[in-house]
Amino acid sequence: MDVDAANEVVVRRILESHPVLVGVGRALDVVPGMRKDLILHAGPPVTWDRMCGPLRGAVIGALLYEGLARDEREAGELAASGAVRFEPCHHHAAVGPMAGVTTASMPVYIVENRTFGNRAYSNFNEGYGRVLRYGAYAPEVLDRLRWINDTVAPAIGEALQRMGGLDMKATIGRQLTMGDEGHNRNVAGSSLFARQLAPALADCDLPREVLSGVLRYLADNDLAILNPVMAACKATMDAAHGVSGSSVVTCMARNGTEFGIRVSGLGDRWFVAPAPVPKGLYFPGFRDEDANPDIGDSTITETAGIGAFAMAASPAIVRFVGGTPQEALTATLEMYEITVAENPAFAIPQLDFRGAPTGIDVRKVVRTGITPRVNTGIAHREPGVGQIGAGLVRPPIRPFQEALRALAELVSP
Amino acid sequence: MPVVGRVHKGRYHDSVALMQAQQILRQMPGVEEAGVVMGTPANLALLRDAGLDAPELAEAGPDDLVAVVRAATEADALRALERLEEALSTRSRGEGPAYRPRSVRTAVRALPGANVALVSAPGRFAAAVAEEALREGLHVFLFSDNVPVEEEVRLKQLAQQRGLLVMGPDCGTAMVAGVGLGFANRVRRGGVGIVAASGTGLQEVACLVHRWGAGVSHALGTGGRDLSDAVGGASFTAALAALSADPDTRVVVVVSKPPSPRVAERILALARRCGKPVVVNFLGARAARSREGIYFASTLEEAARLATTLAGARPGEPAAEEICAPPRWAVGQRWVRGLFVGGTLCAEAQLVLRQRLGRVWSNAPLTPDAKLAGVTSREHTVLDLGSDEFTVGRLHPMLDPSPRRHRLIHEARDAEVAVVLADVVLGYGAHPDPAAELAGAWEEAVDVARAAGRELVCVASVCGTELDPQPYAQQVERLRQAGIVVASTNAAAARLAAGLCAGAAPPQEAGPLPSVDVPDAEEPLPATSDALRSLLRGPVRAVNVGLETFAQSLVAQGVPVVSVDWRPPAEGDAGLLALLSRLGG
Repeated sequence: MDVDAANEVVVRRILESHPVLVGVGRALDVVPGMRKDLILHAGPPVTWDRMCGPLRGAVIGALLYEGLARDEREAGELAASGAVRFEPCHHHAAVGPMAGVTTASMPVYIVENRTFGNRAYSNFNEGYGRVLRYGAYAPEVLDRLRWINDTVAPAIGEALQRMGGLDMKATIGRQLTMGDEGHNRNVAGSSLFARQLAPALADCDLPREVLSGVLRYLADNDLAILNPVMAACKATMDAAHGVSGSSVVTCMARNGTEFGIRVSGLGDRWFVAPAPVPKGLYFPGFRDEDANPDIGDSTITETAGIGAFAMAASPAIVRFVGGTPQEALTATLEMYEITVAENPAFAIPQLDFRGAPTGIDVRKVVRTGITPRVNTGIAHREPGVGQIGAGLVRPPIRPFQEALRALAELVSP
Repeated sequence: MPVVGRVHKGRYHDSVALMQAQQILRQMPGVEEAGVVMGTPANLALLRDAGLDAPELAEAGPDDLVAVVRAATEADALRALERLEEALSTRSRGEGPAYRPRSVRTAVRALPGANVALVSAPGRFAAAVAEEALREGLHVFLFSDNVPVEEEVRLKQLAQQRGLLVMGPDCGTAMVAGVGLGFANRVRRGGVGIVAASGTGLQEVACLVHRWGAGVSHALGTGGRDLSDAVGGASFTAALAALSADPDTRVVVVVSKPPSPRVAERILALARRCGKPVVVNFLGARAARSREGIYFASTLEEAARLATTLAGARPGEPAAEEICAPPRWAVGQRWVRGLFVGGTLCAEAQLVLRQRLGRVWSNAPLTPDAKLAGVTSREHTVLDLGSDEFTVGRLHPMLDPSPRRHRLIHEARDAEVAVVLADVVLGYGAHPDPAAELAGAWEEAVDVARAAGRELVCVASVCGTELDPQPYAQQVERLRQAGIVVASTNAAAARLAAGLCAGAAPPQEAGPLPSVDVPDAEEPLPATSDALRSLLRGPVRAVNVGLETFAQSLVAQGVPVVSVDWRPPAEGDAGLLALLSRLGG
């Protein structure tokens, strides 16, 4: 088995992937393997007893949202009882930021990889403040979630259909030339998203207060496009998964307790280690001891070569760690050390339009000791408080070392 | 005139990048007009107005990259379109100074056109670094020692497959296209090309050629083991072929300590087909006979003199031997003690001394019977202070003068010592003021001897030129101020030392030196790769892995260099390293 040859196949699949946001559907109807008693969450598999605060809060909120429990206490008992199941979004071609909690009746974005035909899914972004993805489940949180899911999502779905879909590959490429890196900064991308949706929304025959509300949702939410971007990255990396012998990482995700990776040539196995706490800047009134360990599927962006890997394109982000634009360049240049390709579709202006570093090779990570950089929001460790800052984090190296060992066993048992 | 178009779905590029790519396509052979745009209605209209209408345009949307070329033939148009990716990824500048790459691969990205890697990483990792450099298409200057011989063989096979040159392992010096690599003197450029398996041998020949009025085209090191049976002269062969083909080289000098006889004969068979005069100096190995075009020299000095003459300069008559009247020796003073920092200079000194004084002991002897047990001097002794017995865990004596200082004082206490013989090596990478260090040590040694009622003589030579960072004349002057007798060459210094001690003790019989023969057979030199020709044409652009001083000396010579921030792979974990090597990582 030739690892390099296998990686070339993987690289080709990544670079040839062409994700397009084609519409919106109900999770139960469109997400493969979705069931009413199933709660999808971010990161590698985790049981209720090991879940961190924000994830537990989001689970409670989701059970209330789905009407499976009447109050917090009942929801907690139900979650602990085993009557509802927990599975990673990643096991269902889905991704979700932070807690990533997705349940049967929630709407999801549908991204189709036009080259390979596979699809990936992501829930809707609730914006900033007290939101489910950070573990909040107060009545007003659930009310807003219902409004997004019942009003915003169908409108955007209809608009997307009228548009014939939205090309995510081109949109991400454009975001990167506009100061976004696609993970922590999506201001430009969300603006493009709103700009492209607006005329189609206007054509949709929506009641005026609905149209106004949807446009306001898009106008106010700098993260609106994050979830479609993540689904686009997921659709790309799923197409690259399952190439025998490949050492390229196709998934990095955290559940707030553990950080885990999957590798193209190593099937469904997860390689995990305790999730580290991000280093960053905090909103007024919060400090690092308030921070939850790293959480969310949004590291799919770094896995696909954007996010912190495209940091050079987004000098504004390094200010979260008091950095300089030069440090943004250094961050991206360092990621070329551990990747096997450069993606010309995601060209970085600050590096003279060099393609973003793409395809993390576990061999290179172990050899250099350089672990992937990750840009991330920081969640409060108590459920429901929400985002308390943003920063950067390096995952532990152990999962990469274990993946290398597993790959070596496959090569010559 | 054919018009051919391509639409790349969902591919976004900034308009400046697109215009640059368009400009590159326009300059392709046969191309009359080219357009590279995002497929907005306005841009598509522009293309059509410019006579760049192709059926493919119908399927283009605003998120799609559209390239259209009008050319003399369809083949020209297709060829231009094939260059689109390259045109879009063409980058004009490097990455800036702030980021230090962690691997040769990324260093090459930071320095487009890099052609040589200087590797001085610790021995057990050095071969892997050298291999990475070769795989990136770089020639390798491999300073690291302790590289296993089987690794050396493997590296040189890989280099041969790729048309690349491996200088080393354990190669301390080279001069390529006017640039000194590692420990190197600054010399005039000229017609003398050198291939050397020994570092200070190369330096002495190059400096003498310069001081005698000729110049050096290139001086290529090969590493001391290259002419062993195991390695078979792989780098020597490639270097010899390159100098044979090099238009700047008129005379080739081959320098080595005595090689394996089998390999020596092969090198000589190749030398016969060099097409240029070849001066051969296998130090200490006698030549059985000579052949046309092959000039045997017994010493480095003689090799330099022959080369200078063959290159058309006039070294002048052999300099009248420096005169030095012996002092009044105390009873029992009769031995020469040589304290050398240069290994090949040490060997040359032994060769000269043994012809006049008989057996000379050494830790690095010319013949096995003269091998010193341990490092304690006896009778005539010449020490190579740069060999492993003296350098384990410390810097080379060319950099750290303190070991020689201590040894010199020690020898001065020995009542039987009459003459001390020493070398001073100048150039990039060497100590900033080596003459001052030796002079200081000598003044101390003289005091020690005089306190015991003895006079000592020190004879030295300086390997360097007036262009070196430590100017030759100034270094010589500093030695003379301390009362050291300075000879013009290392061999002359040894002759002088021998003259001072001749007759002080009856000559001890020295073992026979090996002899080599120029074979009847001739062997054609292999073709020289484009990569090697290109390196010799210059300019040198270097990646440095290891000693920072090597990068600094390149910067001082105006050579673009990127230093790799090298760290042990997998943090030195042997288990993970084994897995990585199995997985080709």
